[in-house]
Amino acid sequence: MIAIAADILSWIGIIGGVFFIVVGAVGVIRMPDIYTRLHSAGMTDTMGAGLMLIGMSFHEGITLVTVRLILIWGFLLFTSPIATYALSRAALHGEVTPVQVNFKGGSS
Amino acid sequence: MRSVCLAVVLFIFWLLLSGHYTPLLLGLGVFSCILVVYIARRMDILDNESISLSLLLRFIAYSPWLLKEIWKSNLNVARIILTPSLPISPTMAGFQALQKTDLGRVIYANSITLTPGTITTDVNGCDLKIHGLTWEDVDGRQEEDEMNVRVSWVEGVN
Repeated sequence: MIAIAADILSWIGIIGGVFFIVVGAVGVIRMPDIYTRLHSAGMTDTMGAGLMLIGMSFHEGITLVTVRLILIWGFLLFTSPIATYALSRAALHGEVTPVQVNFKGGSS
Repeated sequence: MRSVCLAVVLFIFWLLLSGHYTPLLLGLGVFSCILVVYIARRMDILDNESISLSLLLRFIAYSPWLLKEIWKSNLNVARIILTPSLPISPTMAGFQALQKTDLGRVIYANSITLTPGTITTDVNGCDLKIHGLTWEDVDGRQEEDEMNVRVSWVEGVN
């Protein structure tokens, strides 16, 4: 019974993670400039990877592997904003002007 | 004292990652921890920038709220991306960080970046430059203000 529940929870986690990663990828294609693209790329880092790791921990149960998975998520949460910050700062430094207008539909 | 703490933390970390508990491997683990501490001492990087335990505990207390915010804003950004008309209105805004130490500001800026929909693009002293995916992300400001207060509490220097 518990094994089935763990299986269902891990499936929910992994499918949710895949959903957020796909939506993030779609967002990267749809967004008009680098700054807005970073928003959707950040989504794959936090929720996509996070939900997948949660799903995998449910699959593993309470073992050392789960501890490692949580550590991986922790390191992701610490490092991915720094990468995002470095990218956006480099873009600002390179004088890429952000799209500031109210943008509606399609790609520019 | 600091080197002993570093060695203990490193060894606990090693135990968690290795999962092998035979005498030879444990000995190698202890040896590598001591080697790392020795190199760290030689490189003089055991300074005051290390994190205190109380700050770590407060950060752990803060993280459930942060995860809740990440979850909420993720759903929001996913909804925006999947809306056919792509209702975005990118906005740049300036923020004032309330934190007093560099570490507090780093936590605040990273928390802002972690919640999708807002990205820290520039930190200059207390002035933060935030890029928001929609106008509401940076205009409402309630969440960022609450985050500001909470991170100041995590920092604990007041």
